[in-house]
Amino acid sequence: MHNITAIWQREMKSYFVSPIAYVVLTVFIFLSGYFFYSYLANVAHATLMLAQFGQESQPINVPGIVIRALFQTMSVVLLFIIPMLTMGLFAEEKKRGTIELLLTSPVGYLQVIAGKYLASLTFLLIMLAANAVTILPLFLYGKPDLKPVLAGYLGMFLYGMALLAVGLFISTLTENQIVAVILTFGVSLALFVIESMSAAMTGASRTVVEYLSIIGHLDDFTKGVIDTSHVIYYATFAFVGLFLAYRSIESMRWKS
Amino acid sequence: MIEVEHLSKVYSGRKAVDDVSFNVGKGEVLGFLGPNGAGKTTTMRILTCYMPSTEGTARIAGFDVFEQSLEVRKRIGYLPETPPIYPEMSVESYLGFVARIKDTPSNRRTQQVGKVIEECSLGDVRHRIIGRLSKGYKQRVGLAQALLNDPEVLILDEPTIGLDPRQIHEVRSLIKGLAPARTVILSTHILPEVSMTCNRVVIINKGKVVAMDTPEGLAAQMKGAERIALTVAGPAEAVRAKILAIEDVFSVAVADGGPAAAPSFTVECRLHSDLRPVLARAMVAEGWDLLEMRGVSLSLEDVFINLTTQEPGEAESAAAGSRPAAEDQPGNGQEV
Repeated sequence: MHNITAIWQREMKSYFVSPIAYVVLTVFIFLSGYFFYSYLANVAHATLMLAQFGQESQPINVPGIVIRALFQTMSVVLLFIIPMLTMGLFAEEKKRGTIELLLTSPVGYLQVIAGKYLASLTFLLIMLAANAVTILPLFLYGKPDLKPVLAGYLGMFLYGMALLAVGLFISTLTENQIVAVILTFGVSLALFVIESMSAAMTGASRTVVEYLSIIGHLDDFTKGVIDTSHVIYYATFAFVGLFLAYRSIESMRWKS
Repeated sequence: MIEVEHLSKVYSGRKAVDDVSFNVGKGEVLGFLGPNGAGKTTTMRILTCYMPSTEGTARIAGFDVFEQSLEVRKRIGYLPETPPIYPEMSVESYLGFVARIKDTPSNRRTQQVGKVIEECSLGDVRHRIIGRLSKGYKQRVGLAQALLNDPEVLILDEPTIGLDPRQIHEVRSLIKGLAPARTVILSTHILPEVSMTCNRVVIINKGKVVAMDTPEGLAAQMKGAERIALTVAGPAEAVRAKILAIEDVFSVAVADGGPAAAPSFTVECRLHSDLRPVLARAMVAEGWDLLEMRGVSLSLEDVFINLTTQEPGEAESAAAGSRPAAEDQPGNGQEV
């Protein structure tokens, strides 16, 4: 266990001594702030318009709409940002030769993977926490329903967890971080847009493709619904990514 | 302590290590000598469990490197070819990290780190960022990392590369100092290093062990090895042809001494066949003046070049003539 924490700690330090952590956090916080403001302004404007025309029959859940739109946008932003968190996890160790240290130390491969994966998850939590600070004003000036917000964050975390596992796997395949980041982004984007493909399909293939789409499973969370099948989807996704990473490290020993 | 039996490693059809066997006893320092691409690094990587072998077995302290990899990894310290450092960390925090992944109990960690910092004289730079240190310091940090946790077996891939002469001296005496308690395998291309630090030498070339002995033994094996230098006042080509015609002569290298001086020849001939009288008579019979003749003894360097530039069978022949080729080889060789 202390092996895992040692690796986790080193990985966290390396995020924060390199510019990556600061650049990623700055961009992420800026984008979440910007989108939050623009959605809030739009919705508030629309509400005012409606009020002016006297259609007040249905009360509008302003915070709910804003938060849902924000989650959807942030899921796209994460698609760009997550590859940057995982690109170095193994690629950099391979490039520097420190992978030889890790693999010849009395540490299991699973522990190495776990330490690194946990570090990337920690970083994701930091980003989501920063995002939560952004939407704090909604709670200061209104009374939004807390449950959909929490469910939304859970969904975002699970979604990020799945993407991070994909990125971690891809990072074991190369020693070039640029290759890792582009491949991870490409694969994540493919899993993201696969949903639009399903529109042209019918029958079983449509069900399969819809099920595979990484974004389709996020919807319910942002509505405040925690469906176990979605949780299982993301968990399976993460598990497959980590399993592939494990096999890739094993096979790397045979090939390198 | 280390038993290697019929170890082979095949990379995409090419045999990087070919049927290598050797044993290292407790407290021994074994030198691994060979040109680049000979398979030194590959053998070391197999021993450290970094990669599995294609065939054969290796055991360290009785544990198989493939079957009981974790037990082996607990007992070794490994310095790879490029020191495995994280440039953004300070020396002390890096060593602390390595101590943790090497399962050093938390109450002994600080003491262990302090000890290796002292052993590798890193005291002055302990708080500095590794990335900003000189190559020599980086190498020593790599060595310090290998010494953490008091490993029984140390595997050092070119430990003195990139160090200045004073540091080389320090590292060598450090390695010597480790020897009685620990078993060390080190690879190098620096020959004096082997005679200074090692009890035994394995010379490896193209994946095969070509010689295994003590440094003295290896040099003695070929000492006075029938290499004869002579200077003859006569037509160079004719002299060469005449010498080659003598039985037991493998090769003749000619060095033209310029228009004023007589050409000199280096004759390689079969071991333990002293050809000097025969040569002298042959020269005189042709009416050429024999100006100089002496037996040349082989240094460890010559042994190394002999063994690593030819197939074992023809190793003794043509050594003098092939020396330039030997010097080219490290550049062309592919490190594995």
